[in-house]
Amino acid sequence: MRELSLHILDIAENSISAGATQIEITVIEDLLQDELWITVQDNGRGMDAEMVKRVIDPFVTSRTTRKVGLGIPLLKDAAEACNGFFTIDSEIGKGTTIRTKFQHSHIDRMPLGDLAETFLTLLIGTPEVHWIFTYKVNDQAFLVDDQEIKEVLNGISLTDSRVIEYLNHLFREGIAETKESAVKQGALYANH
Amino acid sequence: MPTIKSIEDLKRIREEAQKIREMRDQTDKVQIVVGMGTVGIAAGARETLKAILGFIEKNHLADVILRQTGNMGLEGQDPVVQVFLPNQEKVTYGKVTPAVALKIMEEHIVKGNVVLENKIEA
Repeated sequence: MRELSLHILDIAENSISAGATQIEITVIEDLLQDELWITVQDNGRGMDAEMVKRVIDPFVTSRTTRKVGLGIPLLKDAAEACNGFFTIDSEIGKGTTIRTKFQHSHIDRMPLGDLAETFLTLLIGTPEVHWIFTYKVNDQAFLVDDQEIKEVLNGISLTDSRVIEYLNHLFREGIAETKESAVKQGALYANH
Repeated sequence: MPTIKSIEDLKRIREEAQKIREMRDQTDKVQIVVGMGTVGIAAGARETLKAILGFIEKNHLADVILRQTGNMGLEGQDPVVQVFLPNQEKVTYGKVTPAVALKIMEEHIVKGNVVLENKIEA
């Protein structure tokens, strides 16, 4: 996978598989500290320590009770190769939080890619989950809590063609404007 | 480009959609499912889903439900798409690039003809 936004999609997919009803995804580009943070927090069924180990390094143990893809070890390696880190905090019955950090300007850091499309895919493709998306660049933030959208729609499908158009604009413009206004505020990225 | 992202816009969309919905039979839903496991995503499933959404938006299709699901267990066939038409057996497609997805939308969803080149047994 060559975009961080595809990794985000992959991790969120794990959260959905874990039965989460609420998933919060936060992406922060801190250009002042030269950091890129991604957090995915869910209220799914969670994992014990043994399983967390297995998810991070699927070749460590021979137990294969649950199929977990290679997405997580790949993302961990990518973060660590960019002066960053990757952690999983999980508790059975409570949920899982994945946090990863990259050095923003690192030459090997994957591009963030099409974050709007990842958010749109998750919201439309799994409407029964309560999604909270945050994209932040320095102190500029764009937040979508889908509860308000779903309340207004009142049962109208997210795959109604006009709703798709609306959501497309919402995510694409929201993300682009957030980045633009952060850059306008003079927080130019010296290392890039 | 006029912005259409205020909550008022969304309310207007709902009013219009509700009017149309009342005139239609709710059992005639078409369901499309895209496999979004790790392999599917790496193979381009997000772009496949994007193409399907784009087709629905552009052609103002109504009553299409698009969903994503985890790994479908069809090794070597990603991206995988399944189509459920009312009162018909499901059809599973393999190696669904965005171009194939558009063909499935045009031929299968709109006209009702299965796209045999990409149909797989599942």
